Amino acid sequence: MYGNAYIDPNDKAAMMTAGEDPQKLAEFEARIARGEKIEPKDWMPKEYRKQLVRMIEQHGHSEIIGALPEGTWITRAPGFKRKLALMAKVQDEVGHAQLLYSAAETLGKSREAMINDLITGKSKYSNVFNYPAYTWADACIIAWLIDAGAIINQVANAKGSYGPYCRALDRICTEESFHLKYGHDNVVTLATGTPKQRELVQAALTRWWPPIMHFFGPSDKISNHTEILMKWKVKMATNDDMRQQFLNMYVPKIWDLGLVIPDPNLKKNDEGKWEYTEPDWEEFKRVINGGGPCNAERLAVRRNAEERGRWVREALNTADAKYIVPLA
Amino acid sequence: MNTEAIKELLYKMADDLLIIGHRNSEWTGLGPILEEDISFSSMAQDKIGQAQALYVLLNDLGEQEPDTVAFTRNANQFHNAQLLELPNGEYDFSLMRHFLYDHADQLRFETLANSSYEPLAKVARKVKGELKYHVFHANTWVVKLGSANEESHAKMQNALNYAWNYALGMFEPSAHEDILVAENVFIGEESLQERWLANITPILMKAGLSIPTSDTWNPVFGGRKGMHTEHLAPLVEEMSEVFRYDPTAEW
Repeated sequence: MYGNAYIDPNDKAAMMTAGEDPQKLAEFEARIARGEKIEPKDWMPKEYRKQLVRMIEQHGHSEIIGALPEGTWITRAPGFKRKLALMAKVQDEVGHAQLLYSAAETLGKSREAMINDLITGKSKYSNVFNYPAYTWADACIIAWLIDAGAIINQVANAKGSYGPYCRALDRICTEESFHLKYGHDNVVTLATGTPKQRELVQAALTRWWPPIMHFFGPSDKISNHTEILMKWKVKMATNDDMRQQFLNMYVPKIWDLGLVIPDPNLKKNDEGKWEYTEPDWEEFKRVINGGGPCNAERLAVRRNAEERGRWVREALNTADAKYIVPLA
Repeated sequence: MNTEAIKELLYKMADDLLIIGHRNSEWTGLGPILEEDISFSSMAQDKIGQAQALYVLLNDLGEQEPDTVAFTRNANQFHNAQLLELPNGEYDFSLMRHFLYDHADQLRFETLANSSYEPLAKVARKVKGELKYHVFHANTWVVKLGSANEESHAKMQNALNYAWNYALGMFEPSAHEDILVAENVFIGEESLQERWLANITPILMKAGLSIPTSDTWNPVFGGRKGMHTEHLAPLVEEMSEVFRYDPTAEW
């Protein structure tokens, strides 16, 4: 009897567990329901592995690509205090990429393969980094509000089911909370500073607000597919919930500084929910698919760094046998 | 104690550190492997922090605030050796410069730990502990890349050849040096260079790299007197761009 094996390929939920041993799957799901962590050598559905690799890898890519817009301001940071702090912050981000790639490697994809997929454009990274940091104030807004958004996302994911990712996220979140303080301190300094500084920071906020609203992604379509990912604790919160949480925590702080958020419809309604102008999701899609102001540049910089560093990596891979300079 | 002589010593050391720290930080996000990205950033942070500590000593001697000194001078007011302002180029040159400079710096701070000028001796005792790791990093990589394969060997040898006369320029004698030596503040550049050569020679040999023959030695001096390559002015301009945007502001 082969008939029962047929699964409608349009039934995404069924496709996710197609071919899995039902008993093992049930045990796996029961473990997750009990709050246990899944470890690298444990049994897991193929789709669970695939989704996690995709997610952790994208997160790792976002860290190294995210180092670029902020990194360009290290050499221009005004004063010792800011220069030292920004260097340490961006270094943390690169360190996060290292942690995340290691976590993803436990699922069977090598760092090299992940970086190749990044520079060929096969795998994605956070869309916000496809926008430029025009001024010092842009770098400050990124450090405060983009890191704030990232923390909301990562604190949620740290309660997920995959052990290595959760442990990496715990450490990342601790460091990110310092970044948030750093970013906030910078924005407060500019917003309470001279007229020129206020002008800089307001312009940066106006520029970055649409990418910030895009940050958590469009409203999730409630599908069986999403339900399974939530049951497996791969996805921990809906995009809208995270966006609401962000607005609730940060809009009052932004307003407190006397800064203007460029959305006349932004307000908290009687039910305590934030209302806002629907972000331009066509723009979001266009940027994700390569049409943003910096997509090409970011990947070109990364590709160039990989190419220039190839000889170093090749040299590292040589055995300890020494290269002897020919005498004649 | 001759204040002018001490200031001269502090300025050249602080400017060396600030400029190399700045150059090292340019590797952020662009290293050949993530671990090296992170290493260069760590060293950059140490260097900038060490520079700041020396500018604080200068401030105690009546010079302006560290931020003002670092972020508002023009290129011709910097006293760093030209080696440190050269662009990063490829990883081979950056690594070789790091090796040549950090060996000299480690010796400088080790000897200054016993300086008769106690404020500097105190800073030196802290800094030399940090430099131990910088030198360890440089040695490990120079030996590995110098001897790994034909390509990496050739690149490292070329980098050494290119950097060499600039590295000798680190030991440019200064006007007040006799006083510093007589007062046991500092052992002097000539003595430092001898010890530096003795330290780097066995490591370069282990890496299979050859120091250029001494008849080709031609130290690139001038940096200590404010004479620089065309690469320093754009660096300084970039470094102070935001600071100068509104000089009345707190950043």
